[in-house]
Amino acid sequence: MPKDFLKGARSHYDVVVIGAGLAGLTAANVLARAGRSVLLLEQHYKLGGMATWFKRPGGHIFDISLHGFPVGMIKSCRRYWSQEIADSIVQLTGIRFDNPMFSLTTTFNRDDFTKLLIEQFQVAPEAVQGFFDTARGMNFYDDQQTTTRELFDRFFPGREDVIRLLMEPITYANGSTLEDPAISYGIVFSNFMSKGVFTFEGGTDRLIHLMEEELKKSGVDIHINCNVEHIDCSGGRVRSVTVNGKTITCGAVMSNANLKQTIFNLVGEEYFDKNFVDDARAVRLNNSSTQVYMALKPDDVIDESTGDLLFSSTAPVFQTDLLLSRDITSRTFSFYYPRTRPQGRPRCLIVSSTNARYEDWADLTEAEYDASKQDLCETTLDALDKYVPNIRERVDHVEASTPVTFKHYTQHIAGASFGTKFEGLAVSRAIPQQITGLFHAGSVGIIMSGWLGAMNYGVIVANEVDTALMSSAVKN
Amino acid sequence: MTRDEIKLEVLDILSDIAPDEDLSQLKDDVSFREQMELDSMDFLDIVMELRKRHRIQIPEDDYVNLASMDSTVTFLEPLMKDIQRV
Repeated sequence: MPKDFLKGARSHYDVVVIGAGLAGLTAANVLARAGRSVLLLEQHYKLGGMATWFKRPGGHIFDISLHGFPVGMIKSCRRYWSQEIADSIVQLTGIRFDNPMFSLTTTFNRDDFTKLLIEQFQVAPEAVQGFFDTARGMNFYDDQQTTTRELFDRFFPGREDVIRLLMEPITYANGSTLEDPAISYGIVFSNFMSKGVFTFEGGTDRLIHLMEEELKKSGVDIHINCNVEHIDCSGGRVRSVTVNGKTITCGAVMSNANLKQTIFNLVGEEYFDKNFVDDARAVRLNNSSTQVYMALKPDDVIDESTGDLLFSSTAPVFQTDLLLSRDITSRTFSFYYPRTRPQGRPRCLIVSSTNARYEDWADLTEAEYDASKQDLCETTLDALDKYVPNIRERVDHVEASTPVTFKHYTQHIAGASFGTKFEGLAVSRAIPQQITGLFHAGSVGIIMSGWLGAMNYGVIVANEVDTALMSSAVKN
Repeated sequence: MTRDEIKLEVLDILSDIAPDEDLSQLKDDVSFREQMELDSMDFLDIVMELRKRHRIQIPEDDYVNLASMDSTVTFLEPLMKDIQRV
């Protein structure tokens, strides 16, 4: 008989949370602490969603998305998780850029960027201050017509080098482009600029392990390898979920699955208004990614002056379509030094990330796919050699992931690694008005993506779930 | 709860939310935002904490009433008058 991964689960919960990404984990914890009975279901065998890691022989642990997040994570972790988790958040100070237009190192905060823009890029101080203040003052309900390109052109006309400095890191962080609404750029950029870029000491595995312990303390029932097949919403309200062949009734469902998957696959479009379905169908998924994971031999150490994050490019200018092209010119290298895991064996690892399109990888034959992956590894090693000399002789392990890999592990449509474009936020927010007791939180609308965005969106929606459960209790 | 008791309760919640802030100098008639570093997540936390502690529901449209201590207490007074402070 196959293993029963739902063993011990009850037949009814106040809330079922589908998906254990950072939004799902945090919502589950907040709701359980508010006194709700919570069942957390994850289709994969690990918690964390895109906040994940994997191990390879030789003591190597690769992090997928650990570097880096804004300072706001400290507050959110302290408040919704624990002081211990918050205390492990440390700053990354070596942020480097290297491209045909400029090479520089920065601590990536407003003071240092102001200095760089005025002294090195010779921009007028008023333009710099005006830009920062405008970005800082943006709210998600503001004007959505202005694009990020138009925002830059207003303050830095004709300055492709300045645009590159300001845009490249945010594209790495959330997949946004010059064509996306300026507010989605301004909000995320300002979050980073307040204090810089941060990471979690101990690695993603330690963070997720600590979160799992907190969830258990809060009383959340956690079940992995549980793929929800269906959310029953008959009569305009959530009734139950079907998972691994069982039906579990509930007062509310909070889906941390991909937004479109939630609407079209888990529920079914016949349960929603026609206009809503049209809006949901029009939501564009954000792009996917490729990554190359490189581990150095155990005794080899990279000089820390190499930096923590390196935005490298050989393209003459910054251009959105170039970023997604199979012919890769831009790579973001995340360097993981032994200090990433002070408790573990000292290892140096490098993860190269590039945004990519699912369709460029999905339709290849097996032989073409393998050859493309091999080529990705080889060209990445070639590019890295400039920063880590003789890298080919120094690596112990090299492998690549593609949009197909991301789809396999997360079940996100088209392997979307940054959720949806801006319009996804309104659709996600409107779900509870369509079906009583149904909620969605996860990476949507660019501003709710990344570790901090996903976590805080989980809290915002958890608050709404709790409110709805209290109101329905009053009515009953 | 009396107005004074409600104020103490709000101060207690604020000290949890912003442990690094000195709340002893807080002026009741000036907005929290002018005196402390509070963002929209902080106001959400106040709302969630009031619900957790006292089962008080505050709809999103009423969040504006939480601007200063005076406006918060005035807003909460009718909602909390029958609650005993513990």
